[in-house]
Amino acid sequence: MSGTIHQFDAIVVGGGGAGLYAALALSQNKVPTAVLSKLYPTRSHTGAAQGGIGAALGNKEEDHAEWHMFDTVKGSDYLADQDAVEIMCQEAVETVYELEHLGLPFNRTPEGKIDQRRFGGHTKEHGKAPVQRACFAADRTGHMILQTLYQQCIKNEVKFFDEFHVIDLIVQDKVCRGVVAYAVQTGELHLFHAKSVLFATGGSGRMFKITSNAHALTGDGMAIALRNGIPLEDMEFFQFHPTGIYKMGILLSEACRGEGGIIRNNNGERFMERYAPTIKDLAPRDIVSRCIYLEVRDGRGIGGKDYVHLDLTHLGKEVIEKKLPDISDFVRTYMGIDPVKDLIPIQPTAHYAMGGIPTNFNSEVVVDENGTALKGFYAAGECACVSVHGANRLGTNSLVDILVFGRRAGLSMANYCKETEFSPLPSNSEEPSRALLNQFKSGSERIAPLRSDLQSFMMDLCGVFRTEKLLKEALTKVKTLKERSTNLTISDKSQVFNSELLDAVELLNLIDLAWVTVESALARTESRGAHYREDYPKRNDAQWLKHTLASLSNDSVKLSYKPVKITKFQPQERKY
Amino acid sequence: MKVELKIQRYNPETDAQPHFENYSVEAEPTDRVLDALLQVKGLLDGSLTLRKSCAHGICGSDGMRINGRNLLACKVLIRNLQQPIVVEPMKGFKIIKDLVVDMEAFFEKYRSVKPYLIQNEAAPQKERPQSPQERERFDDTTKCILCACCTTACPSFWSDPDYVGPAAIVQAHRFIQDSRDQGGEERLDILGDREGVWRCRTIFNCVEACPRDIDVTAAIGEVKRKLLFRKI
Ligand SMILES: Cc1cc2nc3c(=O)[nH]c(=O)nc-3n(C[C@H](O)[C@H](O)[C@H](O)COP(=O)(O)OP(=O)(O)OC[C@H]3O[C@@H](n4cnc5c(N)ncnc54)[C@H](O)[C@@H]3O)c2cc1C
Ligand code: SF4
Ligand code: SF4
Ligand code: FES
Repeated sequence: MSGTIHQFDAIVVGGGGAGLYAALALSQNKVPTAVLSKLYPTRSHTGAAQGGIGAALGNKEEDHAEWHMFDTVKGSDYLADQDAVEIMCQEAVETVYELEHLGLPFNRTPEGKIDQRRFGGHTKEHGKAPVQRACFAADRTGHMILQTLYQQCIKNEVKFFDEFHVIDLIVQDKVCRGVVAYAVQTGELHLFHAKSVLFATGGSGRMFKITSNAHALTGDGMAIALRNGIPLEDMEFFQFHPTGIYKMGILLSEACRGEGGIIRNNNGERFMERYAPTIKDLAPRDIVSRCIYLEVRDGRGIGGKDYVHLDLTHLGKEVIEKKLPDISDFVRTYMGIDPVKDLIPIQPTAHYAMGGIPTNFNSEVVVDENGTALKGFYAAGECACVSVHGANRLGTNSLVDILVFGRRAGLSMANYCKETEFSPLPSNSEEPSRALLNQFKSGSERIAPLRSDLQSFMMDLCGVFRTEKLLKEALTKVKTLKERSTNLTISDKSQVFNSELLDAVELLNLIDLAWVTVESALARTESRGAHYREDYPKRNDAQWLKHTLASLSNDSVKLSYKPVKITKFQPQERKY
Repeated sequence: MKVELKIQRYNPETDAQPHFENYSVEAEPTDRVLDALLQVKGLLDGSLTLRKSCAHGICGSDGMRINGRNLLACKVLIRNLQQPIVVEPMKGFKIIKDLVVDMEAFFEKYRSVKPYLIQNEAAPQKERPQSPQERERFDDTTKCILCACCTTACPSFWSDPDYVGPAAIVQAHRFIQDSRDQGGEERLDILGDREGVWRCRTIFNCVEACPRDIDVTAAIGEVKRKLLFRKI
């Protein structure tokens, strides 16, 4: 493990939508840039996004960025920072047009415009009725975004370091100076000296047993930030998507319901009519997921079991094949049933981290209650928390978020690089990484059982329904796991493509993130968005209209809070 | 149920040649081959090495030969396969370790066909118009996830590693057929070359291998027709 040193003005960690858009913006501004990604960029989970990207183009019916903003804020249960939401909803429109100009093959209306469809929580005139706002390319919108951005990066000759796994951030005297990465194919450590670093490392859904997230989504960027003394914001808010394939967690996009799909219980009843009379099945995800659990608990799961049905049969073959082709393929491949004729067994699946590395709307990482930026360090995409999603993200808003704030990150970094010199690299910058990687030589605990332990108890104790009792139990368990993880071992001793070593590193990341998640959830004695406390079932604005900041030091979690930015919309009760 | 697997192993630091090892794990018939491989890695031998990520056939990481056919390990269920399940790396690329092959040559060919929209005119304020019919012409080839299952199943590629291969042609097709693109001629020049589409002998292996059900030979045929048409 020798330390090769590289120098670039800008380092982008992550080749998903957020990272690639930033890299594109940097390359357009002629900033020497490298993208480091543990996966080939086209393998990033942005490619799994199905349903659409929200933007008030108004191609199908009247729509306004301001309506989009209202829906986002209401969907967030008023925890989102409204200045950032406003920027996002406005820039969404130009971003979608720019993607089209870059070649993205959106579905089209008969007039040749970008086609749009309905999605959960997106409404006209502040909640009157659903609106067609989600721009889409069949049910592979994310795939097309990822491919288009990668293509443009190739065109602009962006430098890629593929299968480079970032292990650490280099920060000294409150200035970020680069990253340390492990070259997967050779087992060497590389130092990347930079003026500015962007983390765009995606989500952390692998913390949970049933998840729509890829194996690679282990929250690396968040965990590295945490270990470097940067607090994580709002980690107690994790979204469970209502329609995951039973037992596998594979996502069946909300586009299914956007196109008219219905969720039914054991009696065949469309139960969302009872809970959200106006928008029914298109209520936001936190609400639908909870309703599914309630139906199951009251014995109305299918055959008394822990799942319900998604019914697409009334949509007809044409709509299913044309607008939901990939989803039909998943259902056929993995369940062996036909969505045109059969009801699909579904259950909520861990889907999206609303929390993450705190940033401002220029994608600069802010490290305290006062919004102090850490020089040279940026974050965007699912690993970041701007916060535009607050306590619950609306469908189609993550793609907007990663692109709008990915591009903003690129532009902020370009400006910063132009007016800043390189700060010297501290000596022995790779030492902590080397120690981290060398610690698995003599232990006795295996990775797989520890990981499934973590995933199971997080699902059961820190999932859709939470109580003080469950969370305390989770805390004890996570501490025990943390203890046991100091004794992890690996059997692969080779230098070449040692994925077991990286599995171990990723597991350590997940454990740290689970810890701050549980502590943040335990402290928040209210219910808001995706964080539902049965022992505190009401939202409590007087005490809890604030963001959590959780930091990890000397093996304990410290919590502090910062205010929510409210501009246009005062908190109201959230009814649909 | 018990699942028997026969997996090709190769560690460049210790093995002169690849060899097979047998494993047996517990799995459900409805589990993916990927799940069984991860069981082996998790419980029997942590050094078993493969690429993976999405686990539902969308990222293109885990193309490999399973019972002699190129498949994504995450997109084939155990109940659909004969046992022992024989797992090998894709053919035609250098093996890095176990089931992981060197994809660099593959991506180089991908880059060689200019796989990006070429448009020299200033963009309008809003979208460039495109009718649903124009959009339909290249819909199929936009589905490609660059998994290399097609190229590494192609006999023409096995016998001539310089052949650009079906995956790169699929990528080129996606842009050649896009009404918004202006780089069609440049790409046809590249594909009309010695190592281009004419190496394809229409053997259909690629179509069968494609996990995204892309009609690869139809796309290749369209590119060939464009070239012929151009020459007249
Ligand atoms: C199945 C599914 C469907 C979805 N559908 C929609 C939708 O319709 N609309 C919507 O708005 N949102 C949707 N989402 C959410 C959205 O897709 C994601 O939140 C978003 O794509 C995340 O993008 P990203 O760029 O932040 O991260 P990702 O695309 O996950 O990319 C992360 C990148 O970081 C790299 N990386 C990670 N760790 C390291 C490390 N240690 N070192 C180096 N590189 C690293 C990875 O290699 C990868 O390139 C969906 C999500 C899922 C799971
Ligand atoms: S049809 Fe052409 S590209 Fe496809 S496998 Fe046969 S020779 Fe190869
Ligand atoms: S055409 Fe099909 S098989 Fe070939 S790389 Fe693309 S998705 Fe894979
Ligand atoms: S793991 Fe993504 S295609 Fe198989």
